Amino acid sequence: MTDLLQHAFNGLVNGSFYALLALGLAVIFGMLGVVNFAHGAFYMLGAFGAFILLNEAGVNFWLALVIVPVVLGLFGMGLERLLVRRLVALDPLYNFLLTFGLTLIFQDLLRMKYGSQPQPYPQPAGLRGTVDLGLFDFPAYQVFVLVFSVLVSLGAWLLLARTRVGMIIRAATERPELTRALGIDVGRWVSPVFGFGIALAALSGVLAAPMRAVSPLMGADLIILVFAVVVIGGLGSIFGSVAAGFLIGMLQALGNVYVPGLATTSVFILMAVVLLWRPAGLFGREETAV
Amino acid sequence: MSPLLSVQGISASYGEAQVLRNVSLDVAAGEVVTLVGRNGAGKTTLLRCLMGLHRPTAGTITLDGADITGLPTHRRARRGLGLVPDDRGIFASLSVEENLRLPPGVNESAWSMDRVYESFPVLKERRRFPGTKLSGGEQQMLAIARVLRMGARLLLCDEPTEGLSPVLVHQIGDILRDVKAAGVTVLLVEQNVRFASTVADRHYLLAQGRVAQTLDNAEVKEREHELLEYLGI
Repeated sequence: MTDLLQHAFNGLVNGSFYALLALGLAVIFGMLGVVNFAHGAFYMLGAFGAFILLNEAGVNFWLALVIVPVVLGLFGMGLERLLVRRLVALDPLYNFLLTFGLTLIFQDLLRMKYGSQPQPYPQPAGLRGTVDLGLFDFPAYQVFVLVFSVLVSLGAWLLLARTRVGMIIRAATERPELTRALGIDVGRWVSPVFGFGIALAALSGVLAAPMRAVSPLMGADLIILVFAVVVIGGLGSIFGSVAAGFLIGMLQALGNVYVPGLATTSVFILMAVVLLWRPAGLFGREETAV
Repeated sequence: MSPLLSVQGISASYGEAQVLRNVSLDVAAGEVVTLVGRNGAGKTTLLRCLMGLHRPTAGTITLDGADITGLPTHRRARRGLGLVPDDRGIFASLSVEENLRLPPGVNESAWSMDRVYESFPVLKERRRFPGTKLSGGEQQMLAIARVLRMGARLLLCDEPTEGLSPVLVHQIGDILRDVKAAGVTVLLVEQNVRFASTVADRHYLLAQGRVAQTLDNAEVKEREHELLEYLGI
Protein backbone atom coordinates (compact mmCIF):
# COMPACT_ATOMS: atom_id res chain seq x y z
CA MET A 1 0.00 0.00 0.00
CA THR A 2 2.66 2.52 0.95
CA ASP A 3 4.52 1.36 -2.12
CA LEU A 4 1.56 2.19 -4.29
CA LEU A 5 1.19 5.62 -2.68
CA GLN A 6 4.86 6.26 -3.19
CA HIS A 7 4.59 5.48 -6.89
CA ALA A 8 1.47 7.60 -7.17
CA PHE A 9 3.33 10.48 -5.54
CA ASN A 10 6.26 10.15 -7.92
CA GLY A 11 3.74 10.10 -10.74
CA LEU A 12 2.21 13.35 -9.54
CA VAL A 13 5.66 14.95 -9.40
CA ASN A 14 6.33 13.92 -13.00
CA GLY A 15 2.81 15.06 -13.82
CA SER A 16 3.69 18.53 -12.50
CA PHE A 17 6.08 18.98 -15.39
CA TYR A 18 3.55 17.70 -17.90
CA ALA A 19 0.92 20.03 -16.45
CA LEU A 20 3.08 23.18 -16.62
CA LEU A 21 4.32 22.38 -20.12
CA ALA A 22 0.86 21.41 -21.40
CA LEU A 23 -0.63 24.57 -19.91
CA GLY A 24 1.81 26.73 -21.86
CA LEU A 25 1.26 24.78 -25.07
CA ALA A 26 -2.51 25.05 -24.63
CA VAL A 27 -2.62 28.83 -24.16
CA ILE A 28 -0.28 29.35 -27.12
CA PHE A 29 -2.30 27.03 -29.32
CA GLY A 30 -5.56 28.62 -28.19
CA MET A 31 -4.52 32.20 -28.83
CA LEU A 32 -2.30 31.82 -31.92
CA GLY A 33 -3.36 28.50 -33.40
CA VAL A 34 0.34 27.63 -33.35
CA VAL A 35 1.62 24.21 -32.32
CA ASN A 36 4.82 25.24 -30.63
CA PHE A 37 7.24 22.41 -31.29
CA ALA A 38 9.98 24.40 -29.56
CA HIS A 39 8.22 24.08 -26.20
CA GLY A 40 10.49 21.20 -25.15
CA ALA A 41 13.51 23.21 -26.22
CA PHE A 42 12.44 26.10 -23.99
CA TYR A 43 12.13 23.65 -21.11
CA MET A 44 15.68 22.58 -21.85
CA LEU A 45 16.81 26.23 -22.13
CA GLY A 46 15.18 26.86 -18.75
CA ALA A 47 17.25 24.12 -17.15
CA PHE A 48 20.42 25.34 -18.90
CA GLY A 49 19.61 28.89 -17.87
CA ALA A 50 19.71 27.84 -14.22
CA PHE A 51 22.85 25.77 -14.85
CA ILE A 52 24.70 28.58 -16.62
CA LEU A 53 23.66 31.22 -14.07
CA LEU A 54 24.97 29.03 -11.26
CA ASN A 55 28.26 28.11 -12.89
CA GLU A 56 29.10 31.41 -14.59
CA ALA A 57 27.70 33.90 -12.10
CA GLY A 58 27.04 31.98 -8.90
CA VAL A 59 23.33 32.80 -9.04
CA ASN A 60 21.40 30.42 -6.81
CA PHE A 61 18.34 28.31 -7.61
CA TRP A 62 15.77 30.68 -6.12
CA LEU A 63 16.96 33.65 -8.12
CA ALA A 64 17.18 31.50 -11.24
CA LEU A 65 13.57 30.44 -10.69
CA VAL A 66 12.61 34.10 -11.20
CA ILE A 67 15.23 35.35 -13.66
CA VAL A 68 15.18 32.50 -16.19
CA PRO A 69 11.40 32.43 -16.90
CA VAL A 70 11.32 36.23 -17.18
CA VAL A 71 14.27 36.39 -19.58
CA LEU A 72 13.08 33.48 -21.73
CA GLY A 73 9.51 34.81 -21.67
CA LEU A 74 10.75 38.13 -23.05
CA PHE A 75 12.83 36.26 -25.61
CA GLY A 76 9.67 34.35 -26.58
CA MET A 77 7.81 37.63 -27.07
CA GLY A 78 10.56 38.83 -29.37
CA LEU A 79 10.44 35.57 -31.28
CA GLU A 80 6.69 35.96 -31.74
CA ARG A 81 7.07 39.50 -33.09
CA LEU A 82 10.02 38.68 -35.29
CA LEU A 83 9.15 35.28 -36.75
CA VAL A 84 6.00 33.50 -35.56
CA ARG A 85 3.69 36.42 -36.39
CA ARG A 86 4.77 36.47 -40.03
CA LEU A 87 3.67 32.87 -40.53
CA VAL A 88 0.40 32.86 -38.59
CA ALA A 89 -1.71 33.70 -41.64
CA LEU A 90 -0.26 30.76 -43.59
CA ASP A 91 -0.79 27.04 -43.20
CA PRO A 92 -0.13 26.01 -39.56
CA LEU A 93 2.59 23.70 -40.87
CA TYR A 94 4.86 26.69 -41.47
CA ASN A 95 5.00 27.62 -37.81
CA PHE A 96 5.36 23.96 -36.89
CA LEU A 97 8.41 23.82 -39.17
CA LEU A 98 9.76 27.10 -37.81
CA THR A 99 9.55 25.95 -34.20
CA PHE A 100 10.97 22.56 -35.12
CA GLY A 101 13.91 24.31 -36.77
CA LEU A 102 14.43 26.52 -33.73
CA THR A 103 14.47 23.41 -31.55
CA LEU A 104 17.32 21.93 -33.58
CA ILE A 105 19.23 25.20 -33.47
CA PHE A 106 18.89 25.60 -29.68
CA GLN A 107 19.87 21.97 -29.09
CA ASP A 108 22.94 22.14 -31.28
CA LEU A 109 24.11 25.49 -29.91
CA LEU A 110 24.15 24.03 -26.41
CA ARG A 111 25.68 20.79 -27.58
CA MET A 112 28.56 22.74 -29.16
CA LYS A 113 29.33 24.42 -25.86
CA TYR A 114 28.48 21.74 -23.28
CA GLY A 115 28.42 18.45 -25.17
CA SER A 116 25.70 15.83 -24.93
CA GLN A 117 26.76 14.58 -21.51
CA PRO A 118 24.16 15.25 -18.83
CA GLN A 119 25.37 17.85 -16.33
CA PRO A 120 24.46 17.73 -12.66
CA TYR A 121 22.74 20.63 -10.91
CA PRO A 122 22.80 20.64 -7.10
CA GLN A 123 19.59 20.64 -5.14
CA PRO A 124 18.95 23.98 -3.47
CA ALA A 125 20.05 24.21 0.15
CA GLY A 126 17.12 23.64 2.48
CA LEU A 127 15.42 21.14 0.17
CA ARG A 128 18.07 18.43 0.33
CA GLY A 129 16.69 16.02 2.89
CA THR A 130 13.39 14.23 3.13
CA VAL A 131 10.10 15.23 4.67
CA ASP A 132 7.95 12.88 6.69
CA LEU A 133 4.51 12.80 5.12
CA GLY A 134 3.09 10.48 7.76
CA LEU A 135 3.13 7.25 5.81
CA PHE A 136 6.61 7.56 4.44
CA ASP A 137 9.48 9.93 3.88
CA PHE A 138 9.70 11.87 0.68
CA PRO A 139 12.54 13.82 -0.89
CA ALA A 140 11.87 17.41 0.15
CA TYR A 141 12.68 18.77 -3.29
CA GLN A 142 10.05 16.59 -4.98
CA VAL A 143 7.43 17.72 -2.49
CA PHE A 144 8.37 21.32 -3.26
CA VAL A 145 8.06 20.73 -7.03
CA LEU A 146 4.58 19.26 -6.62
CA VAL A 147 3.27 22.01 -4.34
CA PHE A 148 4.84 24.75 -6.42
CA SER A 149 3.40 23.41 -9.70
CA VAL A 150 -0.05 23.07 -8.22
CA LEU A 151 0.15 26.68 -7.02
CA VAL A 152 1.36 27.93 -10.40
CA SER A 153 -1.41 26.00 -12.20
CA LEU A 154 -3.96 27.38 -9.77
CA GLY A 155 -2.63 30.90 -10.28
CA ALA A 156 -2.84 30.54 -14.06
CA TRP A 157 -6.38 29.23 -13.74
CA LEU A 158 -7.41 32.16 -11.53
CA LEU A 159 -5.83 34.57 -13.98
CA LEU A 160 -7.84 33.08 -16.85
CA ALA A 161 -11.10 32.56 -15.00
CA ARG A 162 -11.31 35.67 -12.86
CA THR A 163 -9.57 38.59 -14.54
CA ARG A 164 -10.49 40.79 -17.46
CA VAL A 165 -7.31 39.77 -19.29
CA GLY A 166 -8.29 36.13 -18.79
CA MET A 167 -11.74 36.83 -20.18
CA ILE A 168 -10.23 38.44 -23.27
CA ILE A 169 -7.89 35.47 -23.73
CA ARG A 170 -10.78 33.00 -23.44
CA ALA A 171 -12.86 34.98 -25.92
CA ALA A 172 -10.00 35.44 -28.38
CA THR A 173 -9.16 31.74 -28.12
CA GLU A 174 -12.69 30.86 -29.07
CA ARG A 175 -13.41 33.45 -31.79
CA PRO A 176 -10.62 35.93 -32.54
CA GLU A 177 -12.51 37.79 -35.30
CA LEU A 178 -15.61 38.38 -33.25
CA THR A 179 -13.54 39.47 -30.26
CA ARG A 180 -11.98 42.17 -32.43
CA ALA A 181 -15.43 43.15 -33.71
CA LEU A 182 -16.37 43.81 -30.08
CA GLY A 183 -13.73 46.50 -29.79
CA ILE A 184 -10.83 44.50 -28.40
CA ASP A 185 -7.36 44.82 -29.85
CA VAL A 186 -6.59 41.08 -29.86
CA GLY A 187 -3.21 41.58 -31.54
CA ARG A 188 -1.95 43.39 -28.45
CA TRP A 189 -2.37 40.23 -26.35
CA VAL A 190 -0.77 37.75 -28.72
CA SER A 191 2.87 38.45 -27.81
CA PRO A 192 2.32 38.46 -24.03
CA VAL A 193 0.40 35.18 -24.21
CA PHE A 194 3.15 33.57 -26.28
CA GLY A 195 5.75 34.88 -23.82
CA PHE A 196 3.69 33.60 -20.90
CA GLY A 197 3.55 30.10 -22.38
CA ILE A 198 7.30 30.13 -22.97
CA ALA A 199 7.93 31.40 -19.43
CA LEU A 200 5.97 28.43 -18.07
CA ALA A 201 8.14 26.05 -20.11
CA ALA A 202 11.27 27.79 -18.82
CA LEU A 203 9.95 27.59 -15.26
CA SER A 204 9.46 23.83 -15.53
CA GLY A 205 12.99 23.60 -16.93
CA VAL A 206 14.45 25.37 -13.89
CA LEU A 207 12.38 23.11 -11.62
CA ALA A 208 13.67 20.06 -13.48
CA ALA A 209 17.36 20.97 -13.23
CA PRO A 210 17.98 19.69 -9.66
CA MET A 211 15.92 16.53 -10.28
CA ARG A 212 16.95 15.51 -13.74
CA ALA A 213 20.35 16.00 -15.28
CA VAL A 214 20.72 19.04 -17.54
CA SER A 215 21.34 18.08 -21.16
CA PRO A 216 20.63 19.53 -24.60
CA LEU A 217 18.22 16.72 -25.44
CA MET A 218 16.24 16.70 -22.20
CA GLY A 219 13.24 18.40 -23.82
CA ALA A 220 13.17 16.33 -26.98
CA ASP A 221 11.62 13.18 -25.50
CA LEU A 222 9.35 15.10 -23.20
CA ILE A 223 7.67 17.22 -25.85
CA ILE A 224 6.08 14.30 -27.70
CA LEU A 225 4.52 13.12 -24.47
CA VAL A 226 3.28 16.61 -23.65
CA PHE A 227 1.60 16.81 -27.06
CA ALA A 228 -0.30 13.66 -26.10
CA VAL A 229 -1.22 15.28 -22.77
CA VAL A 230 -2.63 18.36 -24.52
CA VAL A 231 -4.63 16.22 -26.95
CA ILE A 232 -6.03 14.07 -24.14
CA GLY A 233 -6.95 17.12 -22.07
CA GLY A 234 -8.63 18.79 -25.03
CA LEU A 235 -6.85 21.15 -27.43
CA GLY A 236 -7.07 24.70 -26.15
CA SER A 237 -8.63 23.65 -22.85
CA ILE A 238 -6.61 25.22 -20.05
CA PHE A 239 -8.13 23.19 -17.25
CA GLY A 240 -8.00 20.02 -19.34
CA SER A 241 -4.30 20.32 -20.05
CA VAL A 242 -3.42 20.69 -16.36
CA ALA A 243 -5.71 17.87 -15.22
CA ALA A 244 -4.46 15.57 -17.97
CA GLY A 245 -0.87 16.42 -17.02
CA PHE A 246 -1.24 15.15 -13.47
CA LEU A 247 -3.43 12.23 -14.55
CA ILE A 248 -0.90 11.00 -17.09
CA GLY A 249 2.00 11.42 -14.71
CA MET A 250 0.21 9.09 -12.30
CA LEU A 251 -0.84 6.65 -14.98
CA GLN A 252 2.71 6.42 -16.25
CA ALA A 253 4.19 5.85 -12.79
CA LEU A 254 1.67 3.15 -11.90
CA GLY A 255 2.03 1.59 -15.34
CA ASN A 256 5.75 1.44 -14.69
CA VAL A 257 5.12 -0.74 -11.67
CA TYR A 258 2.49 -3.09 -13.02
CA VAL A 259 3.21 -3.26 -16.75
CA PRO A 260 6.75 -1.91 -17.08
CA GLY A 261 6.94 -2.61 -20.80
CA LEU A 262 3.94 -0.42 -21.57
CA ALA A 263 4.62 2.61 -19.37
CA THR A 264 5.22 5.07 -22.19
CA THR A 265 3.07 3.36 -24.77
CA SER A 266 0.12 3.44 -22.39
CA VAL A 267 -0.08 7.23 -22.75
CA PHE A 268 -0.53 6.91 -26.49
CA ILE A 269 -3.02 4.07 -26.09
CA LEU A 270 -4.96 6.34 -23.75
CA MET A 271 -4.77 9.11 -26.33
CA ALA A 272 -6.19 6.85 -29.03
CA VAL A 273 -9.01 5.70 -26.75
CA VAL A 274 -9.87 9.27 -25.70
CA LEU A 275 -9.89 10.44 -29.30
CA LEU A 276 -12.25 7.65 -30.32
CA TRP A 277 -14.53 8.25 -27.38
CA ARG A 278 -14.36 12.06 -27.18
CA PRO A 279 -12.73 13.54 -30.27
CA ALA A 280 -12.42 16.97 -28.60
CA GLY A 281 -10.45 15.51 -25.66
CA LEU A 282 -11.53 14.93 -22.07
CA PHE A 283 -12.26 18.57 -21.29
CA GLY A 284 -12.45 19.99 -24.81
CA ARG A 285 -15.54 21.67 -26.10
CA GLU A 286 -17.12 20.20 -29.18
CA GLU A 287 -17.59 22.85 -31.83
CA THR A 288 -21.28 23.52 -31.83
CA ALA A 289 -22.95 25.09 -34.81
CA VAL A 290 -25.63 27.42 -33.45
CA MET B 1 -27.38 66.50 -43.02
CA SER B 2 -24.80 63.95 -44.03
CA PRO B 3 -25.71 60.30 -43.41
CA LEU B 4 -24.30 58.36 -40.44
CA LEU B 5 -23.05 55.62 -42.71
CA SER B 6 -22.18 56.08 -46.33
CA VAL B 7 -20.98 53.26 -48.55
CA GLN B 8 -19.57 54.34 -51.92
CA GLY B 9 -18.83 51.88 -54.71
CA ILE B 10 -17.80 48.90 -52.58
CA SER B 11 -16.63 45.81 -54.48
CA ALA B 12 -15.43 42.65 -52.83
CA SER B 13 -14.47 39.13 -53.81
CA TYR B 14 -13.55 35.77 -52.33
CA GLY B 15 -10.68 34.52 -54.44
CA GLU B 16 -11.88 34.59 -58.04
CA ALA B 17 -15.54 35.05 -57.20
CA GLN B 18 -16.73 38.64 -57.09
CA VAL B 19 -19.38 38.94 -54.40
CA LEU B 20 -20.06 42.69 -54.29
CA ARG B 21 -20.09 44.96 -57.35
CA ASN B 22 -19.99 48.69 -56.88
CA VAL B 23 -22.47 48.80 -54.00
CA SER B 24 -23.45 52.23 -52.69
CA LEU B 25 -25.88 52.99 -49.91
CA ASP B 26 -26.58 55.52 -47.18
CA VAL B 27 -28.03 55.13 -43.72
CA ALA B 28 -29.13 58.27 -41.87
CA ALA B 29 -28.82 58.57 -38.09
CA GLY B 30 -31.87 57.08 -36.37
CA GLU B 31 -33.00 55.08 -39.39
CA VAL B 32 -33.63 51.35 -39.59
CA VAL B 33 -32.62 50.14 -43.03
CA THR B 34 -32.72 46.57 -44.31
CA LEU B 35 -30.70 44.71 -46.86
CA VAL B 36 -32.86 42.06 -48.47
CA GLY B 37 -31.69 39.53 -51.01
CA ARG B 38 -31.29 35.87 -51.74
CA ASN B 39 -28.67 33.70 -50.13
CA GLY B 40 -25.38 34.54 -51.77
CA ALA B 41 -26.46 38.03 -52.81
CA GLY B 42 -23.58 39.46 -50.78
CA LYS B 43 -25.44 40.77 -47.70
CA THR B 44 -23.22 39.16 -45.08
CA THR B 45 -20.09 40.07 -47.06
CA LEU B 46 -21.20 43.70 -47.05
CA LEU B 47 -21.55 43.61 -43.24
CA ARG B 48 -18.12 41.98 -42.99
CA CYS B 49 -16.64 44.76 -45.15
CA LEU B 50 -18.28 47.40 -42.95
CA MET B 51 -16.82 45.76 -39.86
CA GLY B 52 -13.35 45.41 -41.40
CA LEU B 53 -13.44 41.62 -41.37
CA HIS B 54 -13.23 41.45 -45.16
CA ARG B 55 -11.13 43.77 -47.27
CA PRO B 56 -13.04 45.31 -50.17
CA THR B 57 -11.24 45.56 -53.51
CA ALA B 58 -12.64 49.02 -54.18
CA GLY B 59 -14.82 51.71 -52.66
CA THR B 60 -14.98 53.75 -49.47
CA ILE B 61 -16.90 53.46 -46.23
CA THR B 62 -17.63 56.65 -44.31
CA LEU B 63 -18.92 56.75 -40.75
CA ASP B 64 -20.00 60.12 -39.40
CA GLY B 65 -18.08 61.86 -42.16
CA ALA B 66 -14.81 60.04 -41.43
CA ASP B 67 -13.32 57.53 -43.88
CA ILE B 68 -13.02 54.21 -42.03
CA THR B 69 -12.25 51.99 -45.05
CA GLY B 70 -8.74 51.13 -43.84
CA LEU B 71 -9.42 51.13 -40.11
CA PRO B 72 -8.74 47.91 -38.13
CA THR B 73 -11.83 46.06 -36.88
CA HIS B 74 -11.53 46.92 -33.19
CA ARG B 75 -11.18 50.64 -33.93
CA ARG B 76 -14.41 50.52 -35.96
CA ALA B 77 -16.17 48.97 -32.98
CA ARG B 78 -14.81 51.78 -30.83
CA ARG B 79 -16.36 54.27 -33.24
CA GLY B 80 -19.77 52.74 -32.60
CA LEU B 81 -20.23 49.91 -35.09
CA GLY B 82 -21.91 46.98 -33.32
CA LEU B 83 -21.94 43.63 -35.08
CA VAL B 84 -24.65 41.08 -34.31
CA PRO B 85 -23.45 38.13 -36.42
CA ASP B 86 -25.75 35.64 -38.12
CA ASP B 87 -24.82 32.81 -35.73
CA ARG B 88 -25.25 35.26 -32.80
CA GLY B 89 -21.61 34.84 -31.85
CA ILE B 90 -22.10 34.00 -28.20
CA PHE B 91 -18.91 32.84 -26.47
CA ALA B 92 -19.33 29.39 -24.96
CA SER B 93 -16.39 29.83 -22.58
CA LEU B 94 -17.85 33.06 -21.18
CA SER B 95 -20.87 33.38 -18.91
CA VAL B 96 -23.83 35.51 -19.99
CA GLU B 97 -22.55 38.35 -17.83
CA GLU B 98 -19.01 38.01 -19.19
CA ASN B 99 -20.39 38.09 -22.74
CA LEU B 100 -21.98 41.42 -21.83
CA ARG B 101 -18.88 42.78 -20.11
CA LEU B 102 -16.40 41.71 -22.78
CA PRO B 103 -16.66 44.75 -25.05
CA PRO B 104 -15.28 47.95 -23.53
CA GLY B 105 -17.69 50.89 -23.22
CA VAL B 106 -16.73 53.06 -26.17
CA ASN B 107 -18.70 56.25 -25.57
CA GLU B 108 -21.13 57.93 -23.20
CA SER B 109 -24.13 56.23 -24.81
CA ALA B 110 -22.88 52.79 -23.68
CA TRP B 111 -25.61 51.09 -21.68
CA SER B 112 -24.90 50.29 -18.03
CA MET B 113 -25.30 46.71 -16.84
CA ASP B 114 -28.34 47.86 -14.84
CA ARG B 115 -30.00 49.23 -17.93
CA VAL B 116 -29.25 46.06 -19.88
CA TYR B 117 -30.73 43.88 -17.14
CA GLU B 118 -33.74 46.15 -16.82
CA SER B 119 -34.45 45.86 -20.53
CA PHE B 120 -33.62 42.14 -20.71
CA PRO B 121 -34.66 40.61 -17.38
CA VAL B 122 -34.14 37.09 -18.70
CA LEU B 123 -30.42 37.82 -19.17
CA LYS B 124 -30.20 38.89 -15.52
CA GLU B 125 -31.85 35.66 -14.44
CA ARG B 126 -29.35 33.64 -16.46
CA ARG B 127 -26.29 35.81 -15.95
CA ARG B 128 -24.19 32.99 -14.49
CA PHE B 129 -25.05 30.52 -17.26
CA PRO B 130 -22.49 29.76 -19.96
CA GLY B 131 -23.49 31.91 -22.93
CA THR B 132 -24.39 29.05 -25.22
CA LYS B 133 -26.73 27.41 -22.69
CA LEU B 134 -29.33 30.05 -23.58
CA SER B 135 -32.14 29.40 -26.07
CA GLY B 136 -31.86 30.77 -29.59
CA GLY B 137 -34.06 33.76 -28.82
CA GLU B 138 -32.16 34.55 -25.63
CA GLN B 139 -28.85 34.31 -27.46
CA GLN B 140 -30.17 36.79 -30.00
CA MET B 141 -31.11 39.19 -27.19
CA LEU B 142 -27.69 38.71 -25.63
CA ALA B 143 -25.97 39.50 -28.93
CA ILE B 144 -27.97 42.72 -29.31
CA ALA B 145 -27.64 43.69 -25.63
CA ARG B 146 -23.88 43.12 -25.82
CA VAL B 147 -23.28 45.75 -28.50
CA LEU B 148 -25.69 48.18 -26.81
CA ARG B 149 -23.63 47.85 -23.66
CA MET B 150 -20.56 48.64 -25.76
CA GLY B 151 -22.27 51.83 -26.91
CA ALA B 152 -22.99 50.91 -30.54
CA ARG B 153 -24.54 53.76 -32.50
CA LEU B 154 -25.04 51.65 -35.61
CA LEU B 155 -26.16 48.06 -35.18
CA LEU B 156 -25.21 45.68 -37.98
CA CYS B 157 -27.72 42.85 -37.50
CA ASP B 158 -27.35 39.77 -39.64
CA GLU B 159 -30.65 37.87 -39.92
CA PRO B 160 -31.68 38.16 -36.27
CA THR B 161 -34.96 36.30 -36.85
CA GLU B 162 -33.48 33.32 -38.64
CA GLY B 163 -34.64 30.06 -37.11
CA LEU B 164 -36.82 31.73 -34.45
CA SER B 165 -40.49 30.96 -33.76
CA PRO B 166 -43.12 33.58 -34.70
CA VAL B 167 -43.49 34.63 -31.06
CA LEU B 168 -39.76 35.24 -30.78
CA VAL B 169 -39.64 37.00 -34.15
CA HIS B 170 -42.27 39.34 -32.78
CA GLN B 171 -40.18 39.89 -29.65
CA ILE B 172 -37.05 40.67 -31.67
CA GLY B 173 -39.18 43.16 -33.62
CA ASP B 174 -40.15 44.87 -30.35
CA ILE B 175 -36.51 44.98 -29.29
CA LEU B 176 -35.42 46.54 -32.57
CA ARG B 177 -38.19 49.15 -32.31
CA ASP B 178 -37.04 49.93 -28.74
CA VAL B 179 -33.47 50.18 -29.95
CA LYS B 180 -34.56 52.63 -32.61
CA ALA B 181 -36.55 54.62 -30.06
CA ALA B 182 -33.37 54.85 -27.99
CA GLY B 183 -31.77 56.64 -30.92
CA VAL B 184 -29.67 53.77 -32.26
CA THR B 185 -29.38 53.30 -36.03
CA VAL B 186 -29.82 49.80 -37.45
CA LEU B 187 -28.68 48.15 -40.66
CA LEU B 188 -30.57 44.89 -40.81
CA VAL B 189 -29.92 41.93 -43.09
CA GLU B 190 -33.20 40.12 -43.48
CA GLN B 191 -34.85 37.59 -45.77
CA ASN B 192 -38.21 37.92 -44.06
CA VAL B 193 -39.58 40.95 -45.94
CA ARG B 194 -42.81 40.99 -44.02
CA PHE B 195 -40.89 41.28 -40.75
CA ALA B 196 -38.56 43.81 -42.35
CA SER B 197 -41.43 46.09 -43.32
CA THR B 198 -42.66 46.15 -39.69
CA VAL B 199 -39.37 47.44 -38.25
CA ALA B 200 -37.57 49.28 -41.04
CA ASP B 201 -37.94 52.62 -42.78
CA ARG B 202 -36.31 51.70 -46.08
CA HIS B 203 -35.03 48.64 -47.87
CA TYR B 204 -32.20 47.92 -50.26
CA LEU B 205 -32.73 44.92 -52.49
CA LEU B 206 -29.39 43.24 -53.20
CA ALA B 207 -29.10 40.93 -56.20
CA GLN B 208 -25.92 39.34 -57.51
CA GLY B 209 -23.77 41.69 -55.54
CA ARG B 210 -25.50 44.86 -56.74
CA VAL B 211 -28.11 47.15 -55.27
CA ALA B 212 -31.02 46.24 -57.57
CA GLN B 213 -33.66 48.50 -56.05
CA THR B 214 -34.47 50.69 -53.11
CA LEU B 215 -37.94 50.30 -51.67
CA ASP B 216 -40.01 51.98 -49.00
CA ASN B 217 -42.47 50.17 -46.77
CA ALA B 218 -45.49 50.90 -48.97
CA GLU B 219 -43.72 49.42 -51.97
CA VAL B 220 -42.72 46.35 -49.99
CA LYS B 221 -46.34 45.76 -48.93
CA GLU B 222 -47.59 46.31 -52.44
CA ARG B 223 -45.11 43.95 -54.03
CA GLU B 224 -44.79 41.44 -51.19
CA HIS B 225 -45.76 38.41 -53.28
CA GLU B 226 -43.41 39.33 -56.05
CA LEU B 227 -40.59 39.86 -53.57
CA LEU B 228 -41.23 36.63 -51.71
CA GLU B 229 -41.18 34.76 -54.97
CA TYR B 230 -38.01 36.52 -55.98
CA LEU B 231 -36.35 35.62 -52.69
CA GLY B 232 -37.48 32.03 -53.12
CA ILE B 233 -39.35 31.83 -49.84
